[in-house]
Amino acid sequence: MVERTPLLRFLAHLILIVGVVITLFPLWVAFVASTHPIENLISGPFPLLPGNQLVENYSKVLFQGGSSFGRIPATTMMLNSLIMAVGITVGKLVVSFLAAFAIVYFRFPGRNIFFFLIFITLMLPVEVRIVPTYDVVSNVFGPFQALLEATRIDRLLEAVAGIEVDLEWRLLNTYMGLILPIIASATATFLFRQFFQTVPDELVDAARIDGAGPMQFMTRILLPLSRTNIAALSVILFIFGWNQYLWPLLVAQENRLLTVVVGIQRYVNAADSLPVWHEAMALTVLAMLPPVIVVLLLQRLFLKALIDTDK
Amino acid sequence: MSERSFFKNRWLPYWLLLPQLLITAVFFLWPAGKALLQSVQRQDAWGLNSSFVGLANFFDLFRDDLYLQSFGTTLIFSVAVTLIALAGGLLFAACADFILKGSNAYRSLLMWPYAVAPAIAGALWYFMFNPSLGIIANALEAIGYDWNHALDGGDALLLVIMASAWRQIGYNFLFFLAGLQAVPNSVIEAAAIDGAAPVRRFWAIIFPLLSPITFFLIVLNTVYSFFDTFGVIHATTQGGPIQATSILVYKVYETGFLSQDLGGSAAQSVVLMTMVIALTFIQFRYLGARVHY
Repeated sequence: MVERTPLLRFLAHLILIVGVVITLFPLWVAFVASTHPIENLISGPFPLLPGNQLVENYSKVLFQGGSSFGRIPATTMMLNSLIMAVGITVGKLVVSFLAAFAIVYFRFPGRNIFFFLIFITLMLPVEVRIVPTYDVVSNVFGPFQALLEATRIDRLLEAVAGIEVDLEWRLLNTYMGLILPIIASATATFLFRQFFQTVPDELVDAARIDGAGPMQFMTRILLPLSRTNIAALSVILFIFGWNQYLWPLLVAQENRLLTVVVGIQRYVNAADSLPVWHEAMALTVLAMLPPVIVVLLLQRLFLKALIDTDK
Repeated sequence: MSERSFFKNRWLPYWLLLPQLLITAVFFLWPAGKALLQSVQRQDAWGLNSSFVGLANFFDLFRDDLYLQSFGTTLIFSVAVTLIALAGGLLFAACADFILKGSNAYRSLLMWPYAVAPAIAGALWYFMFNPSLGIIANALEAIGYDWNHALDGGDALLLVIMASAWRQIGYNFLFFLAGLQAVPNSVIEAAAIDGAAPVRRFWAIIFPLLSPITFFLIVLNTVYSFFDTFGVIHATTQGGPIQATSILVYKVYETGFLSQDLGGSAAQSVVLMTMVIALTFIQFRYLGARVHY
């Protein structure tokens, strides 16, 4: 602080408090609504303090499923979200770590082309190519089948060996279909690449002199060194995975695979005669809880990942 | 890139790259290529036959009043979201930086909406503004404003803008705060000795130093408001009423999945892809390695 300016300091606190109120208010309203019976919400005025139905509302949403659609218990939805978020996190970390290792520690023909191919995925969010990506997931072997048909290899095989080629691998309504297409983004690869470039060369040389091969160097030296980066990245990837919306909306159409973030839409937009806002808000609070807790508990790691990935 | 030590192995690097390349090829490059192809084709109603139609899909798009309207909506929406989220983030960061002590508590409280999914942010605001029982809608009614996002397009657009910006303010706040705390004290003290008051110091000296971060955040917030806000729209207004909140990314979904018009949806995808590539290019071209934290 350069000089004493009590009035400005007071003003700054005031503005921040207003900011905190705007930030927290929606959460408070949702929580209050989730603890009342629906009559209290409809008859108005809107209650400002929690009611006495907390246990009833939450246990109904968690274990029986809400009144508005399909009766999917929130425990099922949260488990689906958890599988998806953890799958995306682990998958991305593994795939990116290996790719970045190859790019930084080897010189090989095609390296720049491969790097460029990974790089351009940064420019194509899943939202802009949803129809063809959905096609691919409805048959992952579609591209290969198309390739065979285009090259007439399928006809050749049929004529020569009598095999009718019809490759099919459906990923719709599977966890794999939820996870795999989301793993394919390049941010994590870039982060690892940047970090590897700061690892001193002497470590590589020392490992080599001691007779370690590349895989030994990777698992025994590079992996432990990357501990903090991996932890930080996990935080942000978990949140990213948990909060996915468009993709699960398309791929997981069966209720048993519903994720909790998509489930909220079913409640909110239910065209039912009875509004079930108290249950919808209980589900909203539940859906928000895991990522918010992760952020608040692991703030340091979260910030590191955020600032490093720029995303 | 610096000269560094490498391992020598003929096949290993390919094996290491294989998983990433396979996933990228199958789930990124192929669909993107197919979107390009579909954008110049038209399919019959059963998707059995497709014929090459050149740029007809694009011409159709730009003759379609609803699509042009969607462009306008997206422009208003993304400019508003970016402006509100940046201004809010900067204001709170400046205040927190000014206070210094205690700003960690404010930081924890202000950043958590970033962990909230856009669709959930939408649901929260949708509920608060629910015309019949929403707490804010009721308050507005009490002061004489009849809020109804189910009927009034302006109200609906305002609602999705507020929900989208609310979620993003904390993120901008974190980046601005990091930038502000990197401004050397000597610069601020020198300005103070020259007689510049805190507010003057901020606009004349500190804010210009933040311009790389500001620019970077403008790009990121634009990308966010273009794409990540799909959840906000879909979980609340679903593009309505009468297309008032139908931004481009929602339109791609609507055209492709609800109207089953693959050529039209693909053409829209290509338009969007061009915009993202332009944004990414700007980001790399003008930002390059100049931003350091």
